[in-house]
Amino acid sequence: MAGLTDLSLAAMRAGLKAKQFSARELVTAHVEAVEAARPLNAFLVETPDHALAAADAADGALARGEAGLLAGIPLGIKDLFCTKGVETTASSRILMGFVPTYESTVTAKLFAAGAAMLGKLNLDEFAMGSSNETSAYGPVISPWRAQGSTAKLVPGGSSGGSSAAVAARLCAAATGTDTGGSIRQPAAFTGIAGIKPTYGRCSRWGVIAFASSLDQAGVLARDVTDCALVLEAMAGYDPKDSTSLDVPVPHYAGGLTGSLKGKRIGIPKEYRVDGMDPVLEDLWQKGIDWARDAGAEIVEVSLPHTKEALPTYYVVAPAEASSNLARYDGVRYGLRVAPDGGSLSDMYAATRAAGFGAEVKRRIMIGTYVLSAGYYDAYYLKAQKVRALIAQDFARAFEACDLLLTPTAPTGAFELGAKTADPIAMFLNDVFTVPASLAGLPAMSIPAGLDGQGLPLGLQLIGRPLDEMGVLDAAFALESRAGFSAAPVRWW
Amino acid sequence: MADPYVIEGRTGPWELVIGLEVHAQVISQSKLFSGAATVFGGEPNSQVSLVDAAMPGMLPVLNGECVAQAVRTGLALGAKINRWSRFDRKNYFYADLPQGYQISQYQHPVVGEGALEIETEEGARTTVGIERIHLEQDAGKSIHDLSPTSSYVDLNRSGVALMEIVSKPDMRSPAEAGAYVAALRAIVRAIGSCDGNMQEGSMRADVNVSVRKAGAPFGTRCEIKNVNSIRFIQQAIVAEATRQIAILEEGGSIAQETRLFDPDRGETRSLRSKEDAHDYRYFPEPDLLPLELSEDFIEACRASLPELPAARRARYEAELGLSPYLAGVLTADVDQSNWFEALLADSAKRQDKPAKDVAEKAANWMTGELFGALNRLGLEIGESPVSPAQGAELLALVADGTLSGPLAKQVFEIMLETREDPGAIAEARGLKQVSDTGALEAAIVEVMAANADKVADYRGGKDKLFGFFVGQVMKASGGKANPAVVNELLKKALG
Repeated sequence: MAGLTDLSLAAMRAGLKAKQFSARELVTAHVEAVEAARPLNAFLVETPDHALAAADAADGALARGEAGLLAGIPLGIKDLFCTKGVETTASSRILMGFVPTYESTVTAKLFAAGAAMLGKLNLDEFAMGSSNETSAYGPVISPWRAQGSTAKLVPGGSSGGSSAAVAARLCAAATGTDTGGSIRQPAAFTGIAGIKPTYGRCSRWGVIAFASSLDQAGVLARDVTDCALVLEAMAGYDPKDSTSLDVPVPHYAGGLTGSLKGKRIGIPKEYRVDGMDPVLEDLWQKGIDWARDAGAEIVEVSLPHTKEALPTYYVVAPAEASSNLARYDGVRYGLRVAPDGGSLSDMYAATRAAGFGAEVKRRIMIGTYVLSAGYYDAYYLKAQKVRALIAQDFARAFEACDLLLTPTAPTGAFELGAKTADPIAMFLNDVFTVPASLAGLPAMSIPAGLDGQGLPLGLQLIGRPLDEMGVLDAAFALESRAGFSAAPVRWW
Repeated sequence: MADPYVIEGRTGPWELVIGLEVHAQVISQSKLFSGAATVFGGEPNSQVSLVDAAMPGMLPVLNGECVAQAVRTGLALGAKINRWSRFDRKNYFYADLPQGYQISQYQHPVVGEGALEIETEEGARTTVGIERIHLEQDAGKSIHDLSPTSSYVDLNRSGVALMEIVSKPDMRSPAEAGAYVAALRAIVRAIGSCDGNMQEGSMRADVNVSVRKAGAPFGTRCEIKNVNSIRFIQQAIVAEATRQIAILEEGGSIAQETRLFDPDRGETRSLRSKEDAHDYRYFPEPDLLPLELSEDFIEACRASLPELPAARRARYEAELGLSPYLAGVLTADVDQSNWFEALLADSAKRQDKPAKDVAEKAANWMTGELFGALNRLGLEIGESPVSPAQGAELLALVADGTLSGPLAKQVFEIMLETREDPGAIAEARGLKQVSDTGALEAAIVEVMAANADKVADYRGGKDKLFGFFVGQVMKASGGKANPAVVNELLKKALG
């Protein structure tokens, strides 16, 4: 059934409902696409049996007219989500062979809605990275190539397996997690849409923790409507996550109007950074024009602490990570390296030295340092104060506007290895995405155009707390005006 | 005021300064942040949830029952309840600490300052300040002696809620430290926030000790970790103070450190110095929201408190007219105290008198006869073969003259063995006191006839012979005669 993998998620739902094809046919086509795309290294584990069983169940449910929101829809699951009976490693050697006995709340909700899991998607180790190159199981290769080049490009990160798989039409949508931009930046790099909802909108229960106060699950999909459909299925209050928000989840897809009449779109002046690619600057202006065309009023706003966001993030996130990753000690599960005749400390040291990659070690060390007695006030405490100021910046800006429009990332996708030697250059990828993460705000990237090499660039929309609907609707309005239709040309 | 407690050194007397951090295991159905059970003595690792084992992606959810227990304990100590408190992570690596951090309350505890009035066994009263009470998770248990090459870990205790009750450095003697722990134990047991079982480790103390010359500022303290009985706490204080005095008197100085008490050797030894102290890298627990308590919640906690030991003791003295000693003994332990309450209520009902009129006899019987018997049998009050109702029936039988004191003792012994009711025992075994004047008069006539010479002597002025006649009549009745009635009839008969 060639062509089935080219359908959007919404078109798949329509086709299934109209009995143009069965869920089994739809899922089979994707299972085959996944197998054929192994050179991308997007999937760590393929679960065709799971997918086909869900497809058969969906066909039954469709026949009975009881189909859930995502009945028979083939999804990829970022390997940060614990999946019952399916190896879950967070792309780390330290969790090699770990098979959870439990299902994360988000995946459980997706499966309850009828989704078919094609497999577990590669990511940066413990979601720490912006290019998917820190995975212990090898980098993900972007399905995109620059014009006239066969050089391997990164798919962004940390949800690089998710972005590559969706862009390459291996799955209809994929779950992601976003701590500082890990959904939005890879979405921008691969020409797809991705939304990180408000902190607390999706349960973190069963999601392997990187930085607890920032981690938030979301979705990467072909377009805004598909994001809305999947987000609706995965969001919601969970008593098992004390930080999840007990508020109703709107029917997002049904609320997409494409009109921005009466809306004020804020343009934060601090996001106009020196040396911004003129193509990106031009694209941002196009976005502003599209918003105006959709009926929005454009206002300039100020987020004065923007330049402090990145250093703040790189104190808070490693601090929490250094503590969250303490549990990987070789005692109860995962890798254990116990030197002969060694002490407990020797086992810890050997296990963690062998189990963690360089980027994870770097962040554990930074985090340990900033929490140490004598440094806590200068780093962690100060970072928390700045974080509060950043949140305040947004709150003030939202007095003057309803949504913010910015670029998603300062550049398009780069070549594998281009930035691995320079962690600071890598961190700079997150400069536009980190502030919204620190403030816990819903934010989304949509594909808006191509750079000079023919590679996708994204625009970001940031909304008020819990206003995913507003973010999605504005993204929907811009999406229709951008008319982005580019897709990677299959080379794998 | 009594002389302050001192330890005599070579250079003169030294005062002790003592502060205690008591770790009390909270009574709750489930753990502080998970739904796993908390029962003591389960099969190893049988009471462990995914959260307790720190599986990837697991999150803590605060157990409101544990919060209520900490608040109730704070209220019982007259302490300030903090409407806003917060949990922090205390980071360190150990095999029985699955998360690699303990969730505790470092900067913002749920309970603030309070006070506890104590009285030593010698009767000296003083007040010990409470610094704070915070909630935290217990760790698991490492077992090192099952295998020569590996250690085993039991996570049943991992995540169980503890209250850490921190005193101010207000105690000056081992006796005060002992009295403080006893009073604290009585309170948490009375309100049901901790079972106070020190043998099972549900209550244990870190003991901070320093010494100084009278009037001098506080000396450098050492902390003795995890002492698990009042006796050991007192021994550890003396051992540690003696060690510090010896060092200071030789011109040395005390290094602040953590020490362990070895009860077999009666000495403390160094565990780790301040330089080796862990850097716990405390920071706010991002998986939990700050703990905010409503006034309603606090009031509900307050309303759930039973009468506290100190209040009950004061009531016993003021309303029941009990001596301070009896009131103290009867309120020292909640199980005994509740037993007495039941005995008292039933006694008043059976004798149809106000409680204050039956209280002293009931108190004397319970602290004398009953405690003596339980002591002899090695039983706790909860295991008493005699119920409060049976005790009250026994006291009523004495009060209405059915049983004499000696007969009551006989009946009580039988009750201890057979668990039968006293009335039934007296009836079945003919142990009732004889107050029937006809029968006693006949016995008196017989006794007088058999001892005509002594009757003459008595009537001639030998008053002391009266006791002889009483004894003879009692003997003739088989010990069952009512002595008061015998006295009265004899006086009449002898003229």
